[in-house]
Amino acid sequence: MIPLLGISTQALFGQLLLGLINGAFYAMLSLGLAVIFGMLNIVNFAHGALYMVGAFVAWFLLNTFHIGYWPALVLAPVGVALLGMALERTMMKRLAGLDHIYGLLLTFGLALIIQGVFQNLFGASGQPYPPPDLLKGGFNLGFMYLPAYRAWVVVFSLAVCLFTWFMIEKTRLGAILRACTENPELTRAFGLNVPRLITLTYGFGVGLAALAGVLAAPIYQVRPLMGADFIIVVFAVVVIGGMGSILGAIGAGFLLGLVEGLTKVFYPQAANVVVFVIMVAVLLVKPAGLFGKKI
Amino acid sequence: MKQAISLGVALTCLASAAFAGAAFAADKVVKVGVLTDGSGPYADVGGVGSQLAAQLAIDESGLAAKGWKVELIYADHLNKVDVGASLAREWFDQGKADVIVDTLNSGVALAVSQIVKDKNKVFLNSGAATSDLTGKACTPNQIHWTYDTYALANGTGKALTKAGGDSWYFITADYAFGKALERDTSAVVKANGGQVLGDVMAPLNNADFSSQLLQAQSSKAKVIGLANAGADSANAIKQAAEFGVTHSGQKLAALLIFLSDIHSIGLTVAQGLEFTATYYWDLNDGARAFAEKFSKKSRNAAKPTMVQAGVYSATLHYLKAVDALGSPADGAAVVAKMKALPTDDDAFGKGSIREDGRKIHPAYLLQVKTPAESKYPWDYAKVVATIPAEEAFRPLSQSECPLVKK
Repeated sequence: MIPLLGISTQALFGQLLLGLINGAFYAMLSLGLAVIFGMLNIVNFAHGALYMVGAFVAWFLLNTFHIGYWPALVLAPVGVALLGMALERTMMKRLAGLDHIYGLLLTFGLALIIQGVFQNLFGASGQPYPPPDLLKGGFNLGFMYLPAYRAWVVVFSLAVCLFTWFMIEKTRLGAILRACTENPELTRAFGLNVPRLITLTYGFGVGLAALAGVLAAPIYQVRPLMGADFIIVVFAVVVIGGMGSILGAIGAGFLLGLVEGLTKVFYPQAANVVVFVIMVAVLLVKPAGLFGKKI
Repeated sequence: MKQAISLGVALTCLASAAFAGAAFAADKVVKVGVLTDGSGPYADVGGVGSQLAAQLAIDESGLAAKGWKVELIYADHLNKVDVGASLAREWFDQGKADVIVDTLNSGVALAVSQIVKDKNKVFLNSGAATSDLTGKACTPNQIHWTYDTYALANGTGKALTKAGGDSWYFITADYAFGKALERDTSAVVKANGGQVLGDVMAPLNNADFSSQLLQAQSSKAKVIGLANAGADSANAIKQAAEFGVTHSGQKLAALLIFLSDIHSIGLTVAQGLEFTATYYWDLNDGARAFAEKFSKKSRNAAKPTMVQAGVYSATLHYLKAVDALGSPADGAAVVAKMKALPTDDDAFGKGSIREDGRKIHPAYLLQVKTPAESKYPWDYAKVVATIPAEEAFRPLSQSECPLVKK
């Protein structure tokens, strides 16, 4: 292979591909956050905890009921969405119209409680979750060995992201949802049940988190703090993309995964902070984020 | 007047007798502080299990029957050096602890070690691995109980190099522990005719090792040495399997894995890995007896890791020494007494403590069983070789410890 700036192209392609895989997770998680913020105006700090719950539901289904990966990919998000809707109905609803900080504190507290309960039940180290048989093995790409499962993660999450964007921006349902947030009073006057739509949106957002959790289960350990490790970076991704912007969240997610991968090639020590450096730069130059509307 | 004086004398006598009595009662108190990772990547290696192990030692010591009051406190140092150091200071300054046990995390352990020396208390380290604790950072107030990076290198590192793995690439936890483990293993690899091709650092508590594994793969080294532990090594091993590292002919050396890690990785992925330990719960009758007592009270009936077994063994021996001395007040004196007394307990059998503070016992080169070989819960490993006590740890002749007279 030809070396490029002292780095072999082999290493470069490999790290870029890995960056893309990480980016897929960033995109899925930040997409859920963006949907919730865009529609409910809540900064959902419980997102990481619900992502973890999604992974645990999949683990629990497998170990207790012997229900495998493919059904779990549907069941876990639905289960977590129901849990999320219950939380929205009983708690978050009461904070509607108050300052953002209240929602942030509530969801942050919820995240701590959920993580604490799981840590108490399962301990800190992870539980094993095997990838489905269909996706075992991998492809030798020449410059690296790509596990089939990771390839699936990229393709699947890209499809989910585009589907979500299409639903919200291009369909009638999406238009109604957007109307709910733009002008709830007027939407209600048209005979639409606004609180129910908001509850459903929250359920959908956290369902996305749980879906990412199930996708992550065979790659990372299924462990109580798996979401806590991720959530800060994901928030940075949302801020860079522009709070509440669907396309921004998706684009920034994949983009930052790639940038992180590149950093690992050229200056590995900075890989953990590069996302935050970019966040600071973006906030200074374009405070609303790359794709955000002007504040 | 005379009467008044004699009354005064009598009262003074009484009062001093009462004070002496009070002082005597206060001396018969010993306070054990378990300081460990309670919530991070090492929480299942030590954590509340270390607290339980210390409690088992206290119960077994029989000190309560001899009129002692033994107190146990526990705290999570969050793997942060500053948090660990300030907890240690608080415990000593407020009289909450005479001894600090465990301290999983070499960074925290090195900080605690200095504080213990300054306050003349006792530090019984079970979980932290860095061999510096009996090297240049040794003190007359501490004992390194269970294992260290030298023993790990000397076990797994030597065995793999001799078996033909003569080129190594390290994936290293980026703090005191990882660096010490890489340093000690590199020395063993080179001493046995191997070479080290390079290394890559990963932060503590890293979820994704794919990038580091990719670099290790492209190094073409025969052995990829994982100089990390706990959830980090579990993640790295799992992802190495995913990226086909072992299928491409490279061998994975998990330089430090604990029982809890094997449990979390699962035998399907972990099978065949060789690792070094000084305690494995199914090793012999004594080890099983301790494991039995432990798992009756542990979360999910987990068997003890070697770190938890070390906490038990160290606390038990400490209490023996304190009882023999009659007071825990002078930390250096207690440690001297501990070194003088032979050690004996269920988990580690008979052993001794060297002048540099190194507890000496055999080490074992173990191999993770295949799923078919595993017959009952927690049946995870078999012994490949036993390394005798006198060969398992760094010889005193190589020690940088100032306490060792040469």
